[in-house]
Amino acid sequence: MITATAPLKEKKNYINAEAGLKSWLLTQDHKRIAILYLIAVTAFFMVGGLMAALIRIELATPAGDLLDSNTYNKVFTMHGVIMVFFFLIPSIPAILGNFLLPLMIGAKDLAFPRINLISWYIYMLGGLCGVIVLLSGGVDTGWTFYTPFSSTYSNGYVVLTALAAFINGFSSILTGLNFIVTVHRMRAPGMTWFRLPLFVWAHYATSIIMILGTPVIAVTLFLLMLERGLHIGFFDPAYGGDPVLFQHLFWFYSHPAVYIMILPSMGVISEVVSTFCSKKPFGYTFIAFSSLAIAVFGFLVWGHHLFVSSQSAYAGMVFSILSFIVAIPSAIKVFNWTATMYKGSVRLDTPMLYALGFIGLFTIGGLTGLFLAAMGLDVHLTDTYFVIAHFHYVMVGGAILGYLAGIHFWWPKITGRMYPEGWSKIAAGLTFVGFNLTFFPQFILGYMGMPRRYHVYPPEFQVFNVLSSAGATVLGLGFLIPGIYLIWSLKYGKVAGPNPWGATGLEWQTSSPPPTENFEITPVVTTEAYDYAALAAREQMQEVTRLG
Amino acid sequence: MQVKSFQLFPEAASTIAGQVDGLYAFLIIISAFFSLLIALLIVYFAYKYRVRPGVTFHPEHHDDHSIGGMVLEIVWSVIPLGLSMIMFVWGVSIYFTESRPPADSMEVYVTGKQWMWKIQHMEGAREINELHIPVGRNIKLTMTSEDVIHDFYVPAFRTKADVLPGRYTTEWFQATQVGAYHIFCAEYCGTKHSGMVGTVYVMSQPDYNAWLGAGSGEGSMAEQGQSLFNQLGCGNCHASVINNQNGRCPNLVGLFGSRVELKDGSAVKADEAYIRESVLYPQSKIVAGYDDYMPTFKGLITEDGMLKLIEYVKSLGAKNGTQNSATSMPVQTGEAVPVLPRGRPQGKMIAPPAPSPGVAPPAGNR
Repeated sequence: MITATAPLKEKKNYINAEAGLKSWLLTQDHKRIAILYLIAVTAFFMVGGLMAALIRIELATPAGDLLDSNTYNKVFTMHGVIMVFFFLIPSIPAILGNFLLPLMIGAKDLAFPRINLISWYIYMLGGLCGVIVLLSGGVDTGWTFYTPFSSTYSNGYVVLTALAAFINGFSSILTGLNFIVTVHRMRAPGMTWFRLPLFVWAHYATSIIMILGTPVIAVTLFLLMLERGLHIGFFDPAYGGDPVLFQHLFWFYSHPAVYIMILPSMGVISEVVSTFCSKKPFGYTFIAFSSLAIAVFGFLVWGHHLFVSSQSAYAGMVFSILSFIVAIPSAIKVFNWTATMYKGSVRLDTPMLYALGFIGLFTIGGLTGLFLAAMGLDVHLTDTYFVIAHFHYVMVGGAILGYLAGIHFWWPKITGRMYPEGWSKIAAGLTFVGFNLTFFPQFILGYMGMPRRYHVYPPEFQVFNVLSSAGATVLGLGFLIPGIYLIWSLKYGKVAGPNPWGATGLEWQTSSPPPTENFEITPVVTTEAYDYAALAAREQMQEVTRLG
Repeated sequence: MQVKSFQLFPEAASTIAGQVDGLYAFLIIISAFFSLLIALLIVYFAYKYRVRPGVTFHPEHHDDHSIGGMVLEIVWSVIPLGLSMIMFVWGVSIYFTESRPPADSMEVYVTGKQWMWKIQHMEGAREINELHIPVGRNIKLTMTSEDVIHDFYVPAFRTKADVLPGRYTTEWFQATQVGAYHIFCAEYCGTKHSGMVGTVYVMSQPDYNAWLGAGSGEGSMAEQGQSLFNQLGCGNCHASVINNQNGRCPNLVGLFGSRVELKDGSAVKADEAYIRESVLYPQSKIVAGYDDYMPTFKGLITEDGMLKLIEYVKSLGAKNGTQNSATSMPVQTGEAVPVLPRGRPQGKMIAPPAPSPGVAPPAGNR
């Protein structure tokens, strides 16, 4: 275990390299851009979380007593739009991916630093549209924008909301493009494809989905805007359109988008589990290729959202079997992570706690996906709280726990400071307990038949709704505490040193926080990824040199 | 409705419910097994291999290409794949039962509208947000929407189907228990989505007959459809008795369910969707031997009225419609010649609640 050595002199790093707001807003340093994303994404997460709080307070009683129906519909719509488009999709790739990808492959920056900065501004422009919608009265279509409700009947700011997501999509596309080119062109000498950390593989797969899928949602939202604004008939049968066509186009992107949200998290988990077991991930190549398999098969399963939408039964069968098949690479990952712990040397630091929480909750999230892939059962379950519970197990239990694991794991690298270990373990525990209390009851509610997006519900559903709302309070606390101690740690946290966890990645071989150019000397890679023996040998050498 | 404040499982009140619950139970067992397996392994490994003072570990480095590793990877890919294929086949077989109404089903028509369910029975009874059905009979719902997408969901029957504008979808079930069960709109449809709920009353056959006997006094759906047919002047051109070959438009007797040859050489089955399309967009499918003569009735007829017309056409018989008496002959010529479309119908096809059942209100021709 490495401890911080000689007191840090005011060494130049990416944070103190330049001062002033302008130096941040015009930066081309991927690390600084990651920080810009961190601040913006966190702000959106807080707004989306506030919406979630309103939903859970409202649903504590069967009657509509806190909000009126219109407001409730706007609240869950904004919760979905913000969390999906402005939090989950950019969270790990744009923050951790941006910060770490060049460091992990031994590069000075991403391939296109200016495009990277533009991506952030595009994201902020999309976000601004979202904020205007929010302030001027909101929108009530649900994040899915189903037609013809959205195109003809909704009274909200549909065009502006669609525009927000449309603009935001370009940010995703540019980030994905940047990552793919960077991984191909910027790897340090000796960093072969199969020496890449699994985090990089996961981001590579994610980037493929981003650049292939996002244009489709952009086109779809554009058609929606045309129909709503100019009454050009694509989706509304009153104008000669087909309402189900929208659902096909929407899910053609939005199902793969689920993998945009979860794959980067899986990358984080692979890094964290390996580090805190001091062991190479079991089945490195299987984990790497399962990411690519998910990216490819993820594009072929969208029709499982349409089993009750008058889709042909035979088309449904194809989508059903492909949906079962896409579950297999996820299962492979779970088994490999678990097997990594076997005969490892396991440390239960906070990132590992989050990672283990991820594995458990993602397993439940994935398995309950099978319920929805089974056509006969999906007919009963679709559009109920079962679906809500399932995707929150994947999106919160999976993506967000992975994000928190990553934030805690790389916080010392990003800021140079340690967070308080005691508090962070309490927060991890609260998050896990609160999460399960919030969302497990919703599986039961769903099977009982409670439809989603219900403002008012029959009284027999109340018990589980109260449990869920109580859980949400605990979960909220679990999210709030890290927000406080992470900020606290910026000033008062222990100085971290370059490699506080004994991890093998190249990012841990440079100082914390890293210098603007990432590495003083371009690293040359001579060993496989996750070679803990080589790491120990190298450290021993450094120790000898230092003492000698 | 027996409202319990606490339950873990919904009532099962249809023939399909038991099958869906069976698959659900199977999936729960599989999921519980794998979730517990992973959870227990994680906890066990975290304890057994924990780093502690005085114990130094030299983690075993595993080679991806070792025989043991490959075997494990194959085992934990193939077993889940096999299990999921069982789920797939099981799910498909239930779905095929769920999605194919038996031929002997009793038909009921449903129109969804923000935010209510309008139900029409063939015998003429109409109801809103309530559906009365006899126990032990196969019931087929033919559904459409006047505005946005809705979804007719009865949790106790474990079935639902989207209700789409401009299209007919079907849903069927056979209730097994007398009782009252929730109807929910399951597809988000706007402000009062959660108020678009109702109740299915499953009744014994005698009770159902008594309920039906109370009736609406408006005649059966087919009869109502016939008067609509006359009111809109359809009979002026469409012959609906078998020996009238001189109509300008096709004979409707024996039409339903038959194969219709079209002018462009293709053929189409005369189902509900075809009839609806032919009334609203007559130019889109011209029957072989006829001209593009018929005007559109878009905006002149409500969705409810359309269902009545369809029921009337169905009553004219499939194939040999000779059982229809001469009363279904078109009469009242000269009274209600259809007014040709007044420009483009305004925007949506929805019409406010029609005073006379079936005919859209903006009919300023009388």
